[in-house]
Amino acid sequence: MRDVFAMNSDQLLVFTIARIPRAIALVLTGAGLSVAGFIMQQLSQNKFVSPTTAGSLEAAKMGILFSILLIPQASMGIKSLAALLFTLAANLLFMLMVRRVRFRSSVFIPLVGIMFGNILAAVSTFFAFKHGIVQNVQEWMIGDFSSVLQGQYESIYLILPAVVLAYIYADQFTIVGMGASFAKNLGISYTAIVNLGLFAVSLTVSVSVVTAGAIPFLGLIVPNMVSMMMGDNLRRTLPMTALAGSIFLLFCDILGRTIIFPYEIPIGLMVGVIGGIIFLFLILRRNR
Amino acid sequence: MIRFEQITKTYGKRLVLDNISCSLPKGKITSLIGPNGAGKSTLLSTISRLLDADQGKIYLDDICLDDYKSEDLAKRLSILRQSNHIDLRLTVRDLVAFGRFPYSKGRLTAEDQAQIDKAIHFAQLEDMAHSYIDELSGGQRQRAFIAMIIAQDTDYILLDEPLNNLDMKHAVLVMKTLRRLVDELGKTVVIVIHEINFASQYSDYIIAMKDGKIVYNDETDQVVQAHTLKEVFGIDFDIISKNGKNICNYFNIET
Amino acid sequence: MKQQNKIIVLVLLMGTIIALFMLYNTGPNLDYVIPRRAVRLATILLVGVSVAYSSLIFQTITNNKILTPAIMGYESVFILFQTVIVFIYGDKTFQVITHQDNFFYAVLLMMAFSFLMYILIFGKSKQNIYHLLLLGLVLGALFQTFGQFLQIVIDPNEFSVIQGFMFVSFNKINTDLLLIAGATLLGALLFGQRYLKYLDVIALGREHAVNLGLNYNKLVKIYMLLISLLVSVSTALVGPVTFLGILVTNLTYELFQTRKHHYMVWLCSGIACVALLLGQFLVEHIFNFSTTVSIVVNFVGGLYFMYLMLKTRKAI
Repeated sequence: MRDVFAMNSDQLLVFTIARIPRAIALVLTGAGLSVAGFIMQQLSQNKFVSPTTAGSLEAAKMGILFSILLIPQASMGIKSLAALLFTLAANLLFMLMVRRVRFRSSVFIPLVGIMFGNILAAVSTFFAFKHGIVQNVQEWMIGDFSSVLQGQYESIYLILPAVVLAYIYADQFTIVGMGASFAKNLGISYTAIVNLGLFAVSLTVSVSVVTAGAIPFLGLIVPNMVSMMMGDNLRRTLPMTALAGSIFLLFCDILGRTIIFPYEIPIGLMVGVIGGIIFLFLILRRNR
Repeated sequence: MIRFEQITKTYGKRLVLDNISCSLPKGKITSLIGPNGAGKSTLLSTISRLLDADQGKIYLDDICLDDYKSEDLAKRLSILRQSNHIDLRLTVRDLVAFGRFPYSKGRLTAEDQAQIDKAIHFAQLEDMAHSYIDELSGGQRQRAFIAMIIAQDTDYILLDEPLNNLDMKHAVLVMKTLRRLVDELGKTVVIVIHEINFASQYSDYIIAMKDGKIVYNDETDQVVQAHTLKEVFGIDFDIISKNGKNICNYFNIET
Repeated sequence: MKQQNKIIVLVLLMGTIIALFMLYNTGPNLDYVIPRRAVRLATILLVGVSVAYSSLIFQTITNNKILTPAIMGYESVFILFQTVIVFIYGDKTFQVITHQDNFFYAVLLMMAFSFLMYILIFGKSKQNIYHLLLLGLVLGALFQTFGQFLQIVIDPNEFSVIQGFMFVSFNKINTDLLLIAGATLLGALLFGQRYLKYLDVIALGREHAVNLGLNYNKLVKIYMLLISLLVSVSTALVGPVTFLGILVTNLTYELFQTRKHHYMVWLCSGIACVALLLGQFLVEHIFNFSTTVSIVVNFVGGLYFMYLMLKTRKAI
């Protein structure tokens, strides 16, 4: 703590234009993506659904790609908007599939989601290849907070209303997840709530991909681990889910920056590895 | 005869079958009854090798199940579970033909064809033999699967809740078919069944299970008694005797 | 149309497209063009049969029409391996490691990867093929992330080498490799032939298969071995074609009513070859190599997949 107060002006500058935005972005992204995963799991009533396993990340990537191809000098705002539109469309389509198709095993829903993501990626690749920017497109798929600077990250604050929305409507998301007739019976508008939930998810995913890049598994493992430890009482677990997501992401960021200091491992990779291992553990545990 | 000794099975920490031993008589219908979670289906799956027991041995005509080759066992013992949602475009006859697989390995001989026709006839499915199974009603489909088991021509036939989701007409048809399998063809049938009156009317023996243990194992009329059923199911029964068979009423009983 | 007529149409279509592929716009240098096209044709046939065969078996044992073995992460392993090599050796890659060595190592790695998964899942007492899928999926995603990380930091010139591996190409085939891959495929097909009849029964699901006397667990292991061999060889030969499998198997189910795997594998293989030849023909003569056949196939296959998902009324 004493170091913080003893900083010279250069350090202070680094602190305010780089460190503080980075910390805020990490906290918000961590909380936002975890809550987004939570909402998707409630809506689909499937523990394995998340932005990673429903094609949302690929849709956001596709949105950015098209905004760049159409408007070469696209600003962050335009990119975010394009990403938001594509993510929302993809999420709506995915939910439509989940609702219309009867699945014999709950495992198939994430499998279909991943296939869906692969399709979107294939379409993106088709255009990226034509324009020779395959490598650049890959770059958006790895979350990296090192380029988060003051003046370029502010759209991340949009996650805040999404999280608040999730908290207010948490119960209704669960009810809607039980099915349209179940929701109707309780006097809740199915379509409105589903769309609201998907909008919150799409907003979170798109701003986080535009600001930092894709962060896999976060929305998958954090809600699952919280529910394993604390059960499924939404009012209690939702704040914990947000908090745990932030802490997990901060932890991964610090780890990524220290392991090969002075270089840094992008957080998308760190989370991918740690999250992937945790997810494997979750599957194998269920297997037993 | 099917005999099992000291069968134990756990799911996680839950003990589903608790060290049970019993034998199932040949040439009879034996019904397994009991409340949900008593272990009936698990026992049936264990006997039919769909599930491995943690401990214990099962003997079919005094030879341990483990000592049978799987393809030989398929000619002696068949099992039909309740989950039969098959997403294939097969006709009833195609499906019944699968019952001959243990014998012909997919190349149907004239004898196989005869057996298939016989099975379809036995299950009274002639008029829908060329219908596709995904276009049948639930009851018709269930009878088609039973015809497949008949074509398999095994001495022992195990069925897990064969009446599940069937209307009364199809339920009676299925039970009558099973009865004829025993009476006319000398098969041994073991079923898991929930509706106590079907068990009472059509089976020779009843095994009542509770909490992974066998609590009663006797002739049908001995088990279908007010005090025994109360012990098994925890509700009151009123037993009515009609044409030499017991009928249970368990609705609106004053206590 | 009757079954028989459909088969005749398929055969005619295949003949036509092969002729077109070989003879269209050859130019004067017949001696040069024809042998090269013949090699490409052989490769396409080989890949088509491998993909059709492995996808069909995979869908039957998973009882699911919308999956391909690609979902198990083989392609990520392949891409990661190629990325690592290029990452280490840069543009000197092909001086250090020959195409043959590369091919063998890639096949070995993919096979090792599948064995690892089988041990992890089937080693436990309770076997569940769905968990195998999820495991493959997660490991695949993990390798993909690794690969993407390396691809970002790599020099853009060297990236073009990786890009060559990422997209299927039938243009740079080594004839030695083609022979080896062909022999492997032939061996796998001969070996698999006697197991095909069991697939008809396995399509009914595990419980019916066990009831009808099949050693289900052993058979599934044999099929998974066959699948991993076929997928590894075809991926190492030309690169990944993710959606081809879904496209051709479902076309087979739609067009032909048969459920006999003895016939289905050949019909499906025929459709796969036609699809690939058509794609390659388009790439060569319409798109003038501005795109690759895998991108075209994934594009069309992906759209078809979406169509399947949204129109299906049955449980999957």
